[in-house]
Amino acid sequence: MLADKDRIFTNLYGTFDWRLEGSAGARRRGDWDGTKELILKGRDWIVNEVKASGLRGRGGAGFPTGLKWSFMPKTSDKPCYLVVNADESEPGTCKDRDIIRFDPHKLIEGALLASAAMGAHACYIYIRGEFYNEAVTLQHAIDEAYAAKLIGPNACGSGFDFDLYLHRGAGAYICGEETGLLESLEGKKGQPRLKPPFPAAVGLYGCPTTVNNVESIAVVPAILRRGASWFAAIGRPKNEGTKVYCISGHVEKPCNVEEAMGIPLKELIEKHASGVLGGWDNLLAVIPGGSSVPVIPKSVCDTVLMDFDALKDVKSGLGTAAVIVMDKSTDIVKAIARLAKFYKHESCGQCTPCREGTGWMWRVMERMVKGQAETREIDTLLQVSCEIEGHTICALGDAAAWPIQGLIRHFRPELERRIRDYRKMAAE
Amino acid sequence: MSGPSPDKPVAQPKSFAFSPENLKKAEAFIAKYPPGRQASAVLPLLDLAQRQSGNWLPRAAMEAVAQMLNMAPIRVYEVASFYAMFNLKPVGKNFFQICTTTPCWLRGSDQVVQACRKKLGIGIGETTPDGLFTLAEVECLGGCVNAPIIQVNDDFYEDLDGKSTEDLIDALKAGKAPPVGSVKKRQGSAPEGGATTLKELSFAGGKK
Repeated sequence: MLADKDRIFTNLYGTFDWRLEGSAGARRRGDWDGTKELILKGRDWIVNEVKASGLRGRGGAGFPTGLKWSFMPKTSDKPCYLVVNADESEPGTCKDRDIIRFDPHKLIEGALLASAAMGAHACYIYIRGEFYNEAVTLQHAIDEAYAAKLIGPNACGSGFDFDLYLHRGAGAYICGEETGLLESLEGKKGQPRLKPPFPAAVGLYGCPTTVNNVESIAVVPAILRRGASWFAAIGRPKNEGTKVYCISGHVEKPCNVEEAMGIPLKELIEKHASGVLGGWDNLLAVIPGGSSVPVIPKSVCDTVLMDFDALKDVKSGLGTAAVIVMDKSTDIVKAIARLAKFYKHESCGQCTPCREGTGWMWRVMERMVKGQAETREIDTLLQVSCEIEGHTICALGDAAAWPIQGLIRHFRPELERRIRDYRKMAAE
Repeated sequence: MSGPSPDKPVAQPKSFAFSPENLKKAEAFIAKYPPGRQASAVLPLLDLAQRQSGNWLPRAAMEAVAQMLNMAPIRVYEVASFYAMFNLKPVGKNFFQICTTTPCWLRGSDQVVQACRKKLGIGIGETTPDGLFTLAEVECLGGCVNAPIIQVNDDFYEDLDGKSTEDLIDALKAGKAPPVGSVKKRQGSAPEGGATTLKELSFAGGKK
């Protein structure tokens, strides 16, 4: 188990004061310590440290963060922007919420350091609209940081000018997609953009922009202070560091917890969530990384490790590390059908395969729940999901297809059984 | 939305103007964005207008926002209808948004929906005759380890079941403001009964 001394989010549960000052406030817990010196080491040093730490984006895709930063132009006649994606809406995921409400200064300091590494003098944090109280907290923390001259002109006395703005969304999952987010931030419907050009070349207001997840940004101060080698020593090669996991569904005690990357799924659930309801043998399946990744059955859960590569090897993904646990009482078809409804609701309507396909898949899934289908329709469903996957501007089409593909891969006999039972019932 | 709406047309107020206090707030929002990029403020301004109008967004308010941001009204209408948080018709004083996405469903959101229907005598999308409650079903609210969740206006009520949902409704009916967050009094997202981590830590002053 990860030692407490290696945990970054020391206030994950709000035990201590989230404010800047105070006897157990953010400064006392180590935030804003020597920030000026870190900035003065220069942008190349920061980027290289983050690269060496092995940090991969914590928003789902797992792209190396330092490498992403290095795509920003060194010189630009346009302003550069950092945009922090706090539009946390992937079903199962609720980690950024805790960082924002209980450790906001880690995010603000991280935003300053990341911006310094990219020559971005302005940063927008796009927070989902439903997180109203969290936005109030974060705005208060931003105001504190301005008042203490930690951000603003000559941030921390480093000579670097930095403005930070909070922007509230208004309820649209698609705005968690980075270019959908940029469109929304520009005051439009959150419909993703065709890429290329990538945001590093043409982003917010047509300027070079990097979009990073809250957790990716909030771990940066700890990495720079404690050293890339400290972070890289946790986890497995190419899957380094710590991660905030969200354990929801059929466990004794659902919770968020910061653990090492690569912790066995079984250990994660048993140690921190007190196990599956009714014991490990009562486990049916787990969605290991938020609703978009394919479900894995118990036989895989027995041994799988929680990191990008281990979960990719079992045809699933780490995603946001939101572990949705389902015990044997679960109607697995209904669970996935509900996700199909989610994607139908959240499709932005721009690309035909997604707009039409998510609705079609949902309707078929609703029939599959009852078994009111032909056996061959299972293959049709699989085929249609593959026609959606990879044929849309953004990854929402893929995200809608994968849960259904995972279901068919591992639970085809269950789908067939329902169809047989329905027939039998209809015949009687 | 597809197909003709069966709803009755909403009685629209003739005009809308930001209150002096909200006008100041609106100007502060616009100042967050570079000159010429004032359209970026459309979401915060619509939210402000919705708050001023009693938690819904009349057409006149959208037009006022369009004018203020120098946007074509159609651009503002399409934004207002794209985002789920804008209510294009009036809602009750307590706007119940029940999450029923899979993580909440696994923890019993069906019982929560059932309790609301039974207790309030209305269905999803309906408002009680006294105008106190509106029920809506929403997608993932992002508090999945504290499922099931209802968002009432700006606040999350977490770790609900049928009984605690009825208690919540009773309290709101009585005009009380029940404490926001976990109804089981859990500490944030920590496991019920106490955290398994962060126990070795202490900072000067200890707990807040």
